[in-house]
Amino acid sequence: MGTTASQLSKESLSEYQELTFLTKQEILLAHKRFTELLEKHEKEQIDARVPIGRIITLPELKSNPFKERICQVFSTSEQKDGSLTFEDFLDLLSAFSDSATLEIKSHYAFRIFDFDDDGTLDCADLEKLVNCLTGETNDAKLSSTEMKQLISNILEESDIDKDGTVNLSEFQHVISRSPDFVSSFKIVL
Amino acid sequence: MPRKSDAAKMEEVGIEIDGDLSESDDGATQRRGNRRQAGGRGGVKGRGRGKKPASDDDDDDEDDEEEDEAPRGRRGANRKKLAKKRGGNDDEDESEDEPPKRKRGGAANKKKGGKAQDSDEEDSDVGKGKKGKKGGGKKGKKEEEEEETKGKKGDGKGKGKGKGKDDDKDKKKKKKKGDSSSDSNSNSSEEEESMSEGEMARLMEEVEEKKKLIANIRNKPWRMQRRLKLLKEAQEFVDKFEGALGKGKGRKWYAYKVMMTKKWIKFQRDFENFRTACIPWERKIKEVESHFGSSVASYFIFLRWMYGMNLVLFGFTFGLVVIPEVLMGLPYGSIPRKTVPRAEQDTAQDYSVLMDFNGYCKYSVLFYGYYNDQRTVGVLKFRLPLSYLMVGIGTFGYSLMLVIRTMAKNADVGGGDGEDSDFTFAWKMFTSWDYLIGNAETADNKYASITTSFKESIVDEQENQKDENIHLRRFLRVLANFLITCSLGGSGYLIYFVVKRSQEFATRDDLSWYEKNEMEIVMSLLGLVCPPLFETIAELEDYHPRIALKWQLGRIFALFLGNLYTFLFALFDEVNTKLEEEQSIKNASIWAMKEYYANYSRLMNDSEATPPPMDPADVIRGPCWETAVGIEFVKLTVSDIQVSYLTILIGDFARAVIVRFLNYCWCWDLEAGFPSYGEFDISGNVLGLVFNQGMIWMGAFYAPGLVGINVLRLLSSMYYQCWAVMATNVPHERVFKASKSNNFYMGLLLLVLFLSLLPVVYTIMTLPPSFDCGPFSGKDKMFDIIMETIDLDLPAFMGTLFSYAANPGLIIPAVLLMVLAIYYLNSVSEAYQNSNMELKKKMKMARDEEKNRRNNADTTNQVMKDLEDLLPNRSLIPPAPPEPEKPPEQEPKPKPTKTKPGTAGKGVNLQKDVALASSNPNARGPVSRPPGPRGPGPGPGAGPGRGRGRGPPPR
Repeated sequence: MGTTASQLSKESLSEYQELTFLTKQEILLAHKRFTELLEKHEKEQIDARVPIGRIITLPELKSNPFKERICQVFSTSEQKDGSLTFEDFLDLLSAFSDSATLEIKSHYAFRIFDFDDDGTLDCADLEKLVNCLTGETNDAKLSSTEMKQLISNILEESDIDKDGTVNLSEFQHVISRSPDFVSSFKIVL
Repeated sequence: MPRKSDAAKMEEVGIEIDGDLSESDDGATQRRGNRRQAGGRGGVKGRGRGKKPASDDDDDDEDDEEEDEAPRGRRGANRKKLAKKRGGNDDEDESEDEPPKRKRGGAANKKKGGKAQDSDEEDSDVGKGKKGKKGGGKKGKKEEEEEETKGKKGDGKGKGKGKGKDDDKDKKKKKKKGDSSSDSNSNSSEEEESMSEGEMARLMEEVEEKKKLIANIRNKPWRMQRRLKLLKEAQEFVDKFEGALGKGKGRKWYAYKVMMTKKWIKFQRDFENFRTACIPWERKIKEVESHFGSSVASYFIFLRWMYGMNLVLFGFTFGLVVIPEVLMGLPYGSIPRKTVPRAEQDTAQDYSVLMDFNGYCKYSVLFYGYYNDQRTVGVLKFRLPLSYLMVGIGTFGYSLMLVIRTMAKNADVGGGDGEDSDFTFAWKMFTSWDYLIGNAETADNKYASITTSFKESIVDEQENQKDENIHLRRFLRVLANFLITCSLGGSGYLIYFVVKRSQEFATRDDLSWYEKNEMEIVMSLLGLVCPPLFETIAELEDYHPRIALKWQLGRIFALFLGNLYTFLFALFDEVNTKLEEEQSIKNASIWAMKEYYANYSRLMNDSEATPPPMDPADVIRGPCWETAVGIEFVKLTVSDIQVSYLTILIGDFARAVIVRFLNYCWCWDLEAGFPSYGEFDISGNVLGLVFNQGMIWMGAFYAPGLVGINVLRLLSSMYYQCWAVMATNVPHERVFKASKSNNFYMGLLLLVLFLSLLPVVYTIMTLPPSFDCGPFSGKDKMFDIIMETIDLDLPAFMGTLFSYAANPGLIIPAVLLMVLAIYYLNSVSEAYQNSNMELKKKMKMARDEEKNRRNNADTTNQVMKDLEDLLPNRSLIPPAPPEPEKPPEQEPKPKPTKTKPGTAGKGVNLQKDVALASSNPNARGPVSRPPGPRGPGPGPGAGPGRGRGRGPPPR
């Protein structure tokens, strides 16, 4: 860790600690893992970006059905290609860390589930979400009537203002009562 | 005086804020307005509170400063400019996420700033402007803080994304408001010593800034870049102005305080880092977690927790009992209790004897009997017997405290009411993925289990319950419970039988290995056979795996408990016979001693000569029931360790090896077919751990070495099981999350702790200790040691004090008081629950109201409307252009709704559409139509879900 740690100045390290829910060791580890993903010549650049294709090879994300979405949500890239800088990566880990608050977690969960980035979870989003959760294999897929029933049930439960979509506050309302959201919305390097 | 006027000001500010709000954010809900008002009011309180921590000097300064806020006119202008600037900044930041809303707020900000600037004269010096801003900002600041915390508490649940920004916006506005109000109020007061006062204000600003920065910045869902920028700005700011403070006593003190806080925060962070670094096996557990999901990992986390607790117990026991005895007590062979009797000496070193914890093991520090009853040992005058008793009690006290504290903490973290089944589908949807899973196979299992759970719940929802099956299922469940009760009773009887038999065997010498170890073998076998049996029987019941796990745990728990208690009762029988025996042995021992001396003097023919003491190996001993009990527990623990390790080795590892390698030459697919690989048995392992701990608690008093054995066991099983689970087990077919089962484990542990406390306390309080072994020998009761200490070591008045305290006249009122306290706390918690319910109701009502308001702004909530009309400056804001109302016909048609035969479909549908259309939150213009009926609410069965499967409403 010694060689890679030297790249992170003490200052920025303490700033990152201030700004994220991560501890020093976690930040250093994140930095190490991140630089491993970088190409040789990129290692000197401060704001080097790792393309989405390489990010999702991380074992922590590899089998996650939302891996692309997660990258998209946390990416600050202008081309919307889902590539991550180190700071984006830290943002990601911070939101998924153990000590992040329910508020932060539910906020990002909402953004992840909001596939079309329009600020609400509508039927299309929910459908995609269900498909993500049930996996790619065809035999596991729900039939269209089942899907419709499921989505209508979900809206029935969580759509408080009855506008046909789930917005952030409704989402957080639902999530905040769930016993195991905080414990499962976690990614640890 | 100043305080009062300040309060008045504050009220005004609060109201003005409201006004401001209704101007700039017309569409904002009344609720928010209320909150803000509350914030304003809170500001007053916050003021009072805010003063407390400041030193007296500060306080004075502050007061001074409040009185002469006059000279701030010109600074006010700057302030406004700055505020404007910041507003603009804010604007830019906020545009990142929710453009439309933000823009409005920003516009309002700008407008405000602009207005204020017009009314004041220009000041171009930016640096000064900053200073000025601080001056007036002070008050606003406090409010902000209050507001922030309020906002946090108030709608921590509700609105996260909008909140941060809203808060910011509000803050800006409020600052301005606060400034202008203070300006107008203090115009009349005279100007004096503007410099110091400005500085003071700056200090306040810094405090606030720092607080905000440290506490909140990581809670904002912003980009890192933006947070970094803000953080840097804030830090720079603080540093810059912190350097400016340098004179005056108060200032120095303040600077010192600031510095110390900085240092303290840094230290805390470092300490936190250090602490997390100290937690062992993070990576191991994470690896397991990613392979098997959080339920298996929860076992390992529990194991780790247990290890930590036992390490502390080990520290106590060894530090205060074992090591003092070894270092300062009499050495081995000096007195009878520390010597192997002559009859046993030939075999004392045999392996088989040692494995039974007889021979040298029995007469070692591991067991109660070895300890001497000297009041003090060594040069330090260490009171070993007292320490022994205290450690024995302290072990229970510490464990009890730790378990209860952990439980309370877990319950705290658990968030709201998990029982609420209003959101079954939504939870399945939003929270069912376990993000920790990092293994393709587990992920596949998880997909499958989620799909089945979706399908199941859909089927459940559709058919509600399978009527034709319910009787059968009920019958099966009753049958299963009957079978399990039978097997529990059978196992209890078996143990009782075996224990009785072992007492018979105890009198004989010609025992085979089996007969000697019959009891341990039978108990281990029962522990091995029964859980799988229960699991098989539980198949009949067909519960959800999480519920099934709890049932399974409960049953195995009952089994273990029954076994343990049968064992205990048998042990008590044995102890009682030993106690009877002891009396005669005591007499014999004394007689033998006398005889020895008589013989000696007769042989020597010299009654004066002091005979050499009898060889300690030859002294006749009592049975020392304490050591016997200790040996039983140690044997039980060790055999438990052996059995569980062998089970893993044979049941999992050998099976895995066979399946893996015989698969090449077998007629069916072993991996997918019958034997396949084992799954990790969470319930069995957890219970094994819990019961093992119960045995430790019970046995630790009679065998101090048991704690050490247990620490070794936990340490090794951490590595061993981690390896075993990774190497030989496959993920569960139905992966489910641990959720709150951690507290369930803790509950079991607490129960076991309580149950193991009972026998130990009973023996300490009622049974007389053995006359010739252990630290309490010669006393009537073990706790006499405390009396003795009070009498001999503490000053006399303490003794009388204690005797008063032990008086029934005092104890009974104390017990009464405790009962009353319990009653009181109970009723308080009930009251809280009631108020919780009340609040929930209110929230619901508020939500309904909001909906109504959206439907028709004119008719509902007359009170609020009146209030709005009364507020000043309403005319300053141009009325929002009425958005054209969307007729419901233009709505995208709902997808072909799935109607069920037999429901009155049409009419309801139509009405619902109307209601939905008018509930569009953005249509703010008055809707002429009366609100449509709300359709059947979350009714059961068919009604819900219809007509709602449509696209997003037009925005």
